[in-house]
Amino acid sequence: MATDSLPHASGIIGVAVPRIDGSLKTTGTARYAVDHNFPNIAHAVAVQATIGKGRIRSIDASAAEKMPGVLLVMHHGKIDNVYRFYPHESDGTISEARPPFSDDKVYYWGQFVAAVVAETLEQAKAAASAIKVEYDAETPDVNPDLSDFDGEKQESWKRGDPDKALASSPVTFDQTYVTPVETHNPMELHGTVAVWDGDNYTLYECTQGVVNHRVVMSQVLGVPRENVRVISRFIGSGFGGKLFPWPQSSIAASAARTLNRPVKISVDRRMMFSNTGHRPRTQQRIRLGATQDGKLTAIRHDFFTQTSQLDDFVEHCGEQTPFLYSTPNLVVTTGMVRRNVGAPAPMRGPGAVPGLFALESAMNELAEKLKMDPLELRLKNDAERDEGKNLPFSSRHLKECWTTGAEKIGWKSRTPGVGSMRRNGKIVGLGLGSASWSAARIPCTASVELCPNGRVCVRCATQDIGTGTYTIFAQVVHAATGVPLDRIDVFLGDSSLPDGPTSGGSMATSAVLPATTTATNSAVTRLLHIATSLPDSPFHGIKPENLAIANGRVMQKNDQQPKVVGVSMSSSRDLTANGVPFEEVLKMANLSGITATGKTAPSFEDPKAKQYSLHSYGCHFAEVEWEPEIARLRVSRVVSVFDCGRIINKGAGTNQMLGAVIMGLGMSLFEETVHDHRTGQPINNNFADYIVPTMADLPDLDITFLDYPDYIVNEYGARGIGEIGMAGVAPAITDAVYHATGVRVRELPVRIEDLLKSTVHEA
Amino acid sequence: METFNYVKAPNVEKALASAEQAKFIAGGTTLVDLMKLHVETPKTLVDINLLPLEKIEKLPDGGLRIGAMVRNSDLAWSDEVKKSYPVLSEALLSGASPQLRNMATTGGNLLQRTRCMYFREPNAGTPGGYGCNKRTPGSGCAALDGFNRMHAVLGTSDKCIATHPSDMCVAMAALEAVIHVEGPKGKRTIPFADFHKLPGDTPHIENALEPGELITHVDLPKPVEGAKSTYLKLRDRASYEFALASAAVVARVEGGHIRYIRVAMGGVGTKPWRSHEAEAALMGKPANQASFKAAALAALAKSKPHKDNAFKVELAKRCLVRSLKTATATA
Repeated sequence: MATDSLPHASGIIGVAVPRIDGSLKTTGTARYAVDHNFPNIAHAVAVQATIGKGRIRSIDASAAEKMPGVLLVMHHGKIDNVYRFYPHESDGTISEARPPFSDDKVYYWGQFVAAVVAETLEQAKAAASAIKVEYDAETPDVNPDLSDFDGEKQESWKRGDPDKALASSPVTFDQTYVTPVETHNPMELHGTVAVWDGDNYTLYECTQGVVNHRVVMSQVLGVPRENVRVISRFIGSGFGGKLFPWPQSSIAASAARTLNRPVKISVDRRMMFSNTGHRPRTQQRIRLGATQDGKLTAIRHDFFTQTSQLDDFVEHCGEQTPFLYSTPNLVVTTGMVRRNVGAPAPMRGPGAVPGLFALESAMNELAEKLKMDPLELRLKNDAERDEGKNLPFSSRHLKECWTTGAEKIGWKSRTPGVGSMRRNGKIVGLGLGSASWSAARIPCTASVELCPNGRVCVRCATQDIGTGTYTIFAQVVHAATGVPLDRIDVFLGDSSLPDGPTSGGSMATSAVLPATTTATNSAVTRLLHIATSLPDSPFHGIKPENLAIANGRVMQKNDQQPKVVGVSMSSSRDLTANGVPFEEVLKMANLSGITATGKTAPSFEDPKAKQYSLHSYGCHFAEVEWEPEIARLRVSRVVSVFDCGRIINKGAGTNQMLGAVIMGLGMSLFEETVHDHRTGQPINNNFADYIVPTMADLPDLDITFLDYPDYIVNEYGARGIGEIGMAGVAPAITDAVYHATGVRVRELPVRIEDLLKSTVHEA
Repeated sequence: METFNYVKAPNVEKALASAEQAKFIAGGTTLVDLMKLHVETPKTLVDINLLPLEKIEKLPDGGLRIGAMVRNSDLAWSDEVKKSYPVLSEALLSGASPQLRNMATTGGNLLQRTRCMYFREPNAGTPGGYGCNKRTPGSGCAALDGFNRMHAVLGTSDKCIATHPSDMCVAMAALEAVIHVEGPKGKRTIPFADFHKLPGDTPHIENALEPGELITHVDLPKPVEGAKSTYLKLRDRASYEFALASAAVVARVEGGHIRYIRVAMGGVGTKPWRSHEAEAALMGKPANQASFKAAALAALAKSKPHKDNAFKVELAKRCLVRSLKTATATA
């Protein structure tokens, strides 16, 4: 690892630090959940319902049970030691609360109706396809139009009188925006390896939260919390789909206990489209009122969000609406519309990503209606304080995001007319969209151990979902001790470690920083006390507060040469350097190690933090190229500027933002899970038919972090960055599409069939 | 996947002898996929990768002989193909991904099966599954009333609207290739236009191969002197994606008029779609936008769109107009 050129000590915070786990991944030695194998392991394969709604009339497993290698067939009435989990009456969060096989009803296409466990994967697959299930099928409801909502809408964030204000506004705007079902497609499939030892479960999982997974599964499996250990050392990303347990975990654990053998189950790519979550469809009506000169008088954001039959997942599209712009009158209403689909799940920037597609598209359209530059309209309505919560912002530089992005993309030279900009025989369009995501400091405990072999171990039951969390811990320890990165061992992804945060909501980094810093500083303080109290120590009699640690060595703060005489075991160490290596102190004291624990107190219990509105901000400027003769549209540039507090690792941070913008590109142009209206099946449930961007689709991407620290969130000033990068991409692209083609796409994704309606015929 | 026997054939004779109740496997890029999906359930796979059919040779008459086992990437990057049949090279390189092209073969690509989502469902054509007349004749066609955005608008029937997915075949249709086969009854040749069958009432019969016949090679006629050729593929994303519409054009222009023209289209037909209508509209006409538009209109005159794919008609027209413009442009 090329770490020699990195700045030392506290300088390591904020630069691009190569991932400390990088070589494990590039060499294939990092073991993911289903990479775990054990002697005597058995393989489970699930059977999916082939109807979207109805009842199982019969299951005939007689042929399957006689097939070679078959150990167990599970289905309704044939599953042991699995209990119900009540989502709102329990600690923890589950994705799909109904236990697998708990009744004979089918609520969505692809629901697991049976599973086979066999000696080999092939035997299990063959037997699974030999199970005959007969159904009393009903027509599933997968209607994409969500207007049939007949429940009671939930009203939130109301201020002023939006309806009255809309009625009297000189300029009004009213449009509906639709985002389709999008499916999380992390490279790593969902999977579980469950091991039962007679008393305890060990679950090798791909989860974004080992602690939550343990809490939930102990209840689901009916054993005390301490009898469940969840291990998730490496995750091939999750995007929110792996936040909370899915049924395959219960199936594997139940089978492991019944058979008293380790059991592995993997959810295949087809299943991932129905059984492990998706971003639900949304239908959002935005009404804006404004004065002739573009001052917002009212915002009404009424949305429907699709959800499953049994769970209550809501895509909170209106979360950013109350504070992004200044307006005296505002209301958000939510309607949850049930369909025969699997449980939705948070997907990168849940709520904000579809919500800002609607709100920001509306702002772009309003600007056009007002004959005003969309950037000017935003600058004019920028909020000075959070008018939703009536609190000051802890740190908001959205205005600077807009102006910086505008400068970089060359917004000044944008001519407003549709199809008015040309380059190299193509029409060019430019568009803009803003982004926001909430910030918080959630609880975390971490321990730091100074070891006699000169290494430092950090432990925390959070996990690295591919974002660089391992490296963040190492950076913090290095910053506080000077111990080189390659002598810092970070242990994550194991529920037996001190409780850490779920990797979700862009809140892991801001949570782990204070706990790790406190733990490191406490361990160092203990070390210094011991160094001064040992009779043979060169620091004996010196006040601990006059000592410090630097480059992993204990030394006097007044810069005097320490007395190294008498440190007999240090023959292999360089004694000419300043100070004494910390491990020599441990050896002198005959200590196996010095450990300290640190905790992060949550911002929601912090009186000071509660006085502020905590959010990150950003914006995207997109440029598209349009060739009308062949209806070919390509996104050619995206310039993104973020105000996400201080960035701890610029390399990993930029990676995340690049990935998020690319995901936003996929959302804008490609991604849509289509349910067959007769069966309710996600009919494009594979990578050939559900398309995501290829490298050839990628525009020139430019990521800028403003890097203003937000000290209300933590002492590093770091917020979080996972989600926000995707928010605001789609409205920027659709506005650029409109600018180039004259076609307003209000229902994503933008398709060639939409663009063929363009009246701009020649470049 | 079902259990199957596997035989490795050392030569054509042995391959033909093992062919009963068997499928030949070359690159396997379609077949293995479909076996995993339970669409193909051969009792025996006869591996023909050892067969000496991997050469590209010039024919005495100036044509080109392509062995059935020539990989797509080797064919696309062959100097002879790049020079004399650029439409074929471009078509091949627009298809799939480099990894797939390294495996996929010339013979195999002729037999590439449709990407119809309903056809590829494991239970299609079975009771309780989607109707699919290709899978089980008489079981119906779920695509007619289903999600049919990717489906064909030309050559369809009320039994099947599945699109032929190959890019290579579109170029070969325009080049008037000839397919050589060998079987229990000996050797024979099949003109390209006769090789793929329209679905009609028998969509399960996709080509002119008799049971047990093996494609040995494909001959391309001598390049048309003075002609230019091109392939254009329009699709949802920039690579690794099937065509929504594509066009292969071979054209020769003399004195501003079109004197030789071959037009084939992809992404819109139930087979690689040679458009005699477009050719008739262009032959002898001035090489200008008006002629191209008239040809596009003629090419799509008989198109029959369904619920989600009407846009393909307009897209195919634009694709054809641009291809004609490219192929007839004077340097």
